[in-house]
Amino acid sequence: MTDRDGRKRILVALAGQQNAGKSTLFNALTGVAQHIANYPGVTVDKKSSTYRDGDLTVEVVDLPGTYSLTSFSLEERVARQFLIDERPDVVVDVVDASNLKRGLQLTFQLIEMGAPVIVVLNMMDVAERRGLDIDIAPLEARLCVPVVATVGRRSRGIDELRAAIRRVGTGAGPGPATLNYGTLEDRVAGLQARLSELPPVTSVVSARWLATKLLEGDAEAERLLAARLGNAGELIDRAASDRAAFEAASDISVGDHISGCRAHLAGDIEATCVDDTKKGRVPMSERVDRFLLNRWLAPLFLVLTVWGIYQLSIVQGYELTKVTWPILAGFRNLAADWLPDAGFLHDPQVRALGLWMVDSANTLLNYVPIFLILFALIAILEDTGYMARIAFILDRILHRFGLHGQSTLPFILGGVFAGGCAVPGVMATKGIPDQRARLATILTVPFMNCLAKIPLYTLLINIYFVETKGLVLFYLSTITVIAALLVAKLLSVSVLRNMETAPFVMELPHYHLPTVSGVLRRSVDRTWLYIRKVGTVVVAVAAVVYVLLQFPGLTPEREAHFQARAEAAIATFYETMEGNPLADRVADQEALIGLVNAYTAYKAAKLNAQGADASRAVDADYAESHPEFEPFLVRSRDRDARSAARALKTLATTRKTLRREMKEERIVTSFLGQVGRSLEPVTRFADFDWKINVALLSSFAARESSVATLGVLFEQGEGENRTLEERMGAEQKAAGYTALTAAAVMLFFALYPPCLATTIMVRVQTDSYRWMLFSIVFPTILGLGVASAVFSLGSALRLTGIEMMSAVYFTALALLLLVGFFKRPFGRRLPVPDYREQAKGAAT
Amino acid sequence: MGKQKRYRLRQGRGHAGEASPSATGQRPCLRDAQPGKRCRIKRLHGHGAIRQRLLDMGFVPETEVVMVRSAPLNDPLEIHIGNTFVSIRRTEAADIEVEAVEVDND
Ligand SMILES: Nc1nc2c(ncn2[C@@H]2O[C@H](COP(=O)(O)OP(=O)(O)OP(=O)(O)O)[C@@H](O)[C@H]2O)c(=O)[nH]1
Ligand SMILES: [Mg+2]
Repeated sequence: MTDRDGRKRILVALAGQQNAGKSTLFNALTGVAQHIANYPGVTVDKKSSTYRDGDLTVEVVDLPGTYSLTSFSLEERVARQFLIDERPDVVVDVVDASNLKRGLQLTFQLIEMGAPVIVVLNMMDVAERRGLDIDIAPLEARLCVPVVATVGRRSRGIDELRAAIRRVGTGAGPGPATLNYGTLEDRVAGLQARLSELPPVTSVVSARWLATKLLEGDAEAERLLAARLGNAGELIDRAASDRAAFEAASDISVGDHISGCRAHLAGDIEATCVDDTKKGRVPMSERVDRFLLNRWLAPLFLVLTVWGIYQLSIVQGYELTKVTWPILAGFRNLAADWLPDAGFLHDPQVRALGLWMVDSANTLLNYVPIFLILFALIAILEDTGYMARIAFILDRILHRFGLHGQSTLPFILGGVFAGGCAVPGVMATKGIPDQRARLATILTVPFMNCLAKIPLYTLLINIYFVETKGLVLFYLSTITVIAALLVAKLLSVSVLRNMETAPFVMELPHYHLPTVSGVLRRSVDRTWLYIRKVGTVVVAVAAVVYVLLQFPGLTPEREAHFQARAEAAIATFYETMEGNPLADRVADQEALIGLVNAYTAYKAAKLNAQGADASRAVDADYAESHPEFEPFLVRSRDRDARSAARALKTLATTRKTLRREMKEERIVTSFLGQVGRSLEPVTRFADFDWKINVALLSSFAARESSVATLGVLFEQGEGENRTLEERMGAEQKAAGYTALTAAAVMLFFALYPPCLATTIMVRVQTDSYRWMLFSIVFPTILGLGVASAVFSLGSALRLTGIEMMSAVYFTALALLLLVGFFKRPFGRRLPVPDYREQAKGAAT
Repeated sequence: MGKQKRYRLRQGRGHAGEASPSATGQRPCLRDAQPGKRCRIKRLHGHGAIRQRLLDMGFVPETEVVMVRSAPLNDPLEIHIGNTFVSIRRTEAADIEVEAVEVDND
């Protein structure tokens, strides 16, 4: 193949077993950042990039890690299909040098497939540390393919690898060795001979490989043959009868025999090429695991780890947001200055929309410090290898509820207790090999405490549960896990019942020290993904919600009504100012509006200023930029100035009131308001009024919008100083809402469907619109059901909010325990190892 | 080689008994091996994806493995095989037929 500019182009595939370091080598070869982790199955989609080597353009494809090339799992099918369809010029087989025997079994299969193979012995440093002395020359001789030793992490051996790629990619090397299948060999050779006479077959795959696959009875291989050949049936039948004859004669299945031959040869090669100088010593990782995986200490370490993550990312992260928030607020004030000025009653549409967008973006960006810390910590867990241990510890529980040990990572990213984001959480489900458990995980990750749910919880707790703050927060953060487990169980025994499952066979990788650059890169990458995915959707949807809230707008009569009241207020201001020498400065309406705007901007700036010095700086700033308004704004002793300031304050307050009333009327009649009200008959049972409906609807766009929308609904005007808690509290209590309503809202919110960005991710990960729709509809019904039950039962039994919360919590907990122990009879002593009992039983 | 610490993973409590018969068949299986017990794989039962995955991870007949420990909640198990540590559930381990290997005269 040649390029546009006449360069020769070769295609190189990186294949190898999981966690062998393919992505690390991919990055070292091409300089592109691909995700790396000490956690099997990180790369699932194939990824490609190119590098130049003299006159060559080399396209490198990073394939997902596979232990072999059967058609049982998705990754293996992806990798195999790529090798068959794209016919790469070179297949670089990355082998973990410290585990040569297992790696070679894939090498044999790759060689058999007929592509030119280069074997890369990666992780040579690990092998060395483990005392393995590997002799390359006999290895090369036995395999008849080039062998390159590398340390991917330190880019050692990369030049040699490039040279080998060049050599193999540009010229045909010697034919590689073939594996002898012993008692099966005759049948393989016979079938191979038949197949090699068929050009339509040999043009795509190696005859020997296909022969072994047909003898194994591999369905995909049969399909491949049938697609290429009109009379494939005869060959397939022959393979089947050969298989039956072999199995009858040797009492072992063809698949087992082939695996056995591979394992035997691999063991033989390993024995001749590898000298284990530390044979018999306990590996470092195992010594560590004696503590970390000790029956009693393991849960302790696990709890400590989760607690550490919580402390560092959420608690410290929030501290950090206190530092970063003024920057964002400053940005908003800047935007407020820069956008066209506000009118007295009506703002230019550009200004209103612009500020709305900035607010939406700010709520989102506020979480960035938390995410950076959280994702860095998770990257450390993955890189050290402890994440796989967590999966090991928790698999028993998770499996009980239809999940998988490897569901842990998605749940932690989604924010088990601490708060996270479902978008990276759903993405991280890629590594789960069990389809059913994977789907169950995808559908339950959104129940986790996404960071954006927390502001609404905090808001409602601060209004309604002031005395029992801690308890309610505890309920909310743990009930999500309970709900997720229960829902996972429910789904896996119902809609997911017929999905494909897979065994739990997971390697516990040796512990590695994480690299700083690796951790930083992954943390930044995942945060950036959050900003990009969530950000674009949030901002886009914020615009839509804005429109739905603003239109169709007020009727002309109401407009006139508000206009009249505004004019009256202005007239009152001028009356008060009569005789005041400062009145000249606001002689006309335009100047007056300027003054009122300067006043609100000044108040906002003062609010954002931290400390007395910053506050004085704001004063000085306004004295300079608005010298004519200074006496109105900055507190002084002058009598005239003080009365002018008082008059201005009255006017500004009236304006705020008018604006709030207008806004409220506008929202009541807005499109979204109409939808919210039309939903009231349904949501009535949960005591959600239309305002809450509107907030919940808009929070589908992005959870952070819920508080923002409530903020607007309970807003009083620009530059408002009172907190939303106070505003909402006053208004809601007046309207007769109780803590029970708040409990219903919070529980609904805990079970709320994933936000739009997450549902998009669900669509990507499940590759199905039906699951995406399901992920929206199911939680909505569930949430509404629970919320209605809470409110209706609670008011029937005259329970308070906190009593009802406790009741729901303990009901859910009881249900969880019931389901968890359901499979086996009660009274089963869980922590007692049953092998001892059985051993005893066997003796009798 | 006398000085080297012999790799023997916590040799059970008391006498590490023979691998005992599995609940399903009369043959001993890996599931019932005690922690620290070394076994040789005789054959794999079961079929399809599960069997293939086990074969890929090195659970091939005639291979020696060590049952290292069970998880704190008793399931899954950690098995030392070749140079790696692999975790499998008890249900899968029940499909692996084994015979006990004496460690001490190794
Ligand atoms: N010590 C050492 N560690 C390495 C080396 N190469 C890679 N690693 C580490 O091994 C782990 C796995 O590397 P990856 O590149 O993600 O492996 P992969 O083959 O792409 O894995 P999957 O995509 O899951 O199949 C990471 O923690 C790497 O930092 C090496 O040569 N020496
Ligand atoms: Mg990878």
